[in-house]
Amino acid sequence: MAEPLPVVLVVEDDPQMLSFLRTALAQHRYRPVEASTAREALTLQAGHHPDVILLDLGLPDGDGIDVTRRIRIQSRTPIIVISARGREEDKVTALDAGADDYLTKPFGVEELLARLRVALRHAARPEGAGRDSVCDFGDVRVDLEKREVRLGPQPVHLTPTEYRLLATLVRHPGRVMTHRQLVKEVWGPHAADQTPSLRVHMTQLRHKLEREPTRPRHLTTEIGVGYRLQTD
Amino acid sequence: MSDRRPDPEAFLARAREEERRAGRGHLKIFFGASPGVGKTYAMLEEARAKRRAGVDVLVGVVETHGRRETAALLDGLDVLPRRSLQYHGVTLEEFDLDAALARRPGVILVDELAHTNAPGSRHTRRFQDVEELLAAGINVSTTLNVQHLESLNDIVAQITQVKVRETVPDSILDEADELELADLSADDLLARLREGKVYVPEQAAHALEQFFRKGNLIALRELALRRTAQRVDAQMRGYREEHGIREVWPAGERLLVCIGPNPAGARLIRAGKRMAASLQCDWLVVYVESPDQTISEADRAALAQNLQLAQELGAQTATLSGHDVAAEVLAYARGRNVTKIIVGKPTHSRWRDKIFGATLDRLVRGSGDVDVYVMTGEVPDDRPGRRRPAGKPSPSREYLAAALAIAACTLLGAVVFRFLTVTDVAMVYLLGAGLVASRYGRGPSLAAVLLGIACFDFFFIPPYYTFAVTDLRYLITFGVMLGIALVISGLTLRIREQADAARQRERRTGALYAMSRELAAARDRAEVLVIAERHLRTSFGAEIQILLPDAAQRVAPPADAPPGYMIDEKERGVAQWVFDRGRPAGRSTDTLPAAQAMYRPLIAALGTVGVLGIRPADPAAFDDPMAVRLLEAFAGQAALAVERALLAERAQREQIEVEAERLRTSLLSSLSHDLRTPLAAITGAAGTLLDEKAPLAGEARRSLLTAILDESQRMNRLIGNLLDMIRVESGALRTQREWQPLEEPLGVALIRLGDRLKTRAVSVDLPADLPLVPVDAVLMEQVFVNLLENAIKYTPADAPIDISATTDGAVVRVSVADRGPGIPPGEEDRIFEKFYRSAGAPAGGGVGLGLTICRGIITAHGGRIWVENRSGGGAAFHFTLPLTGPDIPAPPTIE
Repeated sequence: MAEPLPVVLVVEDDPQMLSFLRTALAQHRYRPVEASTAREALTLQAGHHPDVILLDLGLPDGDGIDVTRRIRIQSRTPIIVISARGREEDKVTALDAGADDYLTKPFGVEELLARLRVALRHAARPEGAGRDSVCDFGDVRVDLEKREVRLGPQPVHLTPTEYRLLATLVRHPGRVMTHRQLVKEVWGPHAADQTPSLRVHMTQLRHKLEREPTRPRHLTTEIGVGYRLQTD
Repeated sequence: MSDRRPDPEAFLARAREEERRAGRGHLKIFFGASPGVGKTYAMLEEARAKRRAGVDVLVGVVETHGRRETAALLDGLDVLPRRSLQYHGVTLEEFDLDAALARRPGVILVDELAHTNAPGSRHTRRFQDVEELLAAGINVSTTLNVQHLESLNDIVAQITQVKVRETVPDSILDEADELELADLSADDLLARLREGKVYVPEQAAHALEQFFRKGNLIALRELALRRTAQRVDAQMRGYREEHGIREVWPAGERLLVCIGPNPAGARLIRAGKRMAASLQCDWLVVYVESPDQTISEADRAALAQNLQLAQELGAQTATLSGHDVAAEVLAYARGRNVTKIIVGKPTHSRWRDKIFGATLDRLVRGSGDVDVYVMTGEVPDDRPGRRRPAGKPSPSREYLAAALAIAACTLLGAVVFRFLTVTDVAMVYLLGAGLVASRYGRGPSLAAVLLGIACFDFFFIPPYYTFAVTDLRYLITFGVMLGIALVISGLTLRIREQADAARQRERRTGALYAMSRELAAARDRAEVLVIAERHLRTSFGAEIQILLPDAAQRVAPPADAPPGYMIDEKERGVAQWVFDRGRPAGRSTDTLPAAQAMYRPLIAALGTVGVLGIRPADPAAFDDPMAVRLLEAFAGQAALAVERALLAERAQREQIEVEAERLRTSLLSSLSHDLRTPLAAITGAAGTLLDEKAPLAGEARRSLLTAILDESQRMNRLIGNLLDMIRVESGALRTQREWQPLEEPLGVALIRLGDRLKTRAVSVDLPADLPLVPVDAVLMEQVFVNLLENAIKYTPADAPIDISATTDGAVVRVSVADRGPGIPPGEEDRIFEKFYRSAGAPAGGGVGLGLTICRGIITAHGGRIWVENRSGGGAAFHFTLPLTGPDIPAPPTIE
């Protein structure tokens, strides 16, 4: 136990929820730091330098999205927002504002831990640093260096757009990418709204790479938000 | 009556009368023998006394005629401003009825009851204004002269030689609560006249000179006194009946007046009224319509007027029909215990009776113990428009045909004349004239016979080619030809008229029957309205508008009625008046005759259910009383049908309310059950785990924890559904439609249900060329989840589910089909209703919201959702998603 436990800043105002998160995190070798208001969250973030932030969007004294923006000004600490189902716009806004991922209430411990793992992995590999040029998921292997995609032993032919889309997802494995983020990466920052095109290309990618395209296991849809590449 | 108790019927009548009077204003009439006796003066004096006693007195209209002493009495009384009316450029001032109704005084003075209102007023006569005031519960004081009383009208005319046209029904006087006689001796009145204290309009000065003769005044005074005495007597009798005073009861006399279709009837009716009044008995007026008798339009109008007069005078009226007038009258009389019959003296010549048998004779012989009074029916008839108009000129076509027939006869005669004698030629002409007579009216047949005689004379009688006749025997031939032609044409005419009348009656009766039959089969109000409108329109050649009241008792054309003519606010006002009062108004009536259409109340068992507006193409269509009666019959049928439909609607509404109540109850019980069951499981499991006295370990502990997790998820789904339902219901369901492959939301739904679908084969058949659909991804996923959950719940765990989609024109049609038990017949629509759970629903299923939410979402997308049973078993849910629509953006271009 030489390595210090990762610090998780939990911003949540509901005592029961807080109690659940505290127990679950402590049990799975995280060190929770608790805040129940937006102001407290900003103070603690500055003082504790947490490794990851769990942020409930519905805070009593302010907007979680606003908190996200203010943290992002000075820090790249991964932020996972927590919100209720049916508020997809909030999630998209939070993600576009700089949040890294989201959890929908109610969620289980497994889901929480998976999100934390992905966030920490991302944080460990800062933007621009050398990353694995090869990514495997299911029977698929994507080699970013060789610009090559194989399904089992067979090379798969992708159109340039499909490849750019797949490559973008591969660069952020396990992380949700909003439609806007993907469009920006694939078509460039000044492209018009290409969401329908994005969806069509995504469907084609699934038909080329997924065993059951209508029940995708890896190229999953986050309904109303975007897509996620599940590598495990 | 042997037991000398008050007649129960009379009691009943009195009770009804009291009921009618309850809430009605009190009417006081100042009655006088002639102008100038001081009625207005007396009325004003009394008003001042009331005013001093603190009564709210309003002068509605009082004519001072410039008399200073009368005008002085107006001082200090509230006077209602008159209403100005423009009529042919002349400004007329009239009593302002609406202002009076709005002001609602304690008592209102309305002078000169017999006054005729200026055209454009609501009612034609002032006494109708007064009736409306009374009906509104306002007390009225008014004045009336004896010569204006309907039943005395002709007597006054005989005495004074001055015909008074403004008459008032006797019923007003009879129903007045108080009658005060303003009396002045003839000498005093004449003295006042000389002093100029009696108002005499200049233009009537001459007539009035004749009127104000001493003899006249004495006679009028006597009439007024007698009429007042009669009324006091009636009151006395009323008092006796009311208090059960057993004095002499008049024998049950009943009087029947028979009138014919001529102006003389009016005189018989007035005579009948006087006799009935002096006998203190009921009286009836009948007219017998006979197919043997044809009557002119003018006579028909006179008959209608007479029947109306009889009603105004308080008689019951009836129209009978039959061949034998005498037999009909006697049968009717016996059926109603009539003791006296009044008929008019025959006016036709005696030979007609000899040939056809005298009605009067048969009536008298068959009358038995009924007295028959024969009275003079003739009156000097100077009213315009009463005379029988000249026969309608036949179209010139008929004359042309007659001329052609005679020309043909002449040609045929020329041929016949070669071989036969001149007598046979005469027969040819006779044949021609006969044919013309049998086919056309009197005019053409007369023309034909005269032309025939001329041609016969000109061509065949020596000397030829002149009109001269040498042999006088031929003049007799001419005479015979003329006579035969006249007889034939007369007979033909009568047959044709009878046939016409019979046909018309037959047609109308048939129409009425057809309408009743159709109305009886009508299912709802809308259908009743359509049927009634169609029959009335075709039977009367009129535009029809039926108006029904809303919750606020305001009548308006209902939305489900067929559109008739335009109802503007003015017409609606007339209809409203009719609805409120339950009396006809509008065109062809005395009330608001300026309206475009005639309005009749639709009166059924429960009261007035609506108003029938009828605008005939021919404005005179309802001047004929028969047409009005027929209309009444139609309106009666329509009213009953509308009432029936309204009652059925009410019953249905109540049924729906009961159903809604049942639904609410079942919702509450189902909600509390569905929310509490998982809570109970969670509470129980958590409590057990926390129990330190009996700590659980291993498998038992794990199973309780699993139960807590499962039940929590179940509650989460339930609450999710409830929240969605609230969004759908409250209209807060905003769709954020984006073009996308249907595959995407479906895929998310399949993954979300993941484990629960593990046991079954789910086939997804989406064609490769399925277009993008403009949908809200989150909501569409919800639809798939709900439909799939539905299949999971209602079908065995290993039953397959087939999902497919096809393009069908501008919509994409999606199906989710299972192989379960299918939908019970008749429940195809109900399963989409809120909280509806099929009888076969397994315990622990949902609350019955899933499909309702689906319908809400699909509807918000402009699509449609329905279910049908599959061939081979199972249910198939289908829904459509339109690809184009007003709020759908153009499909995107894909890069």
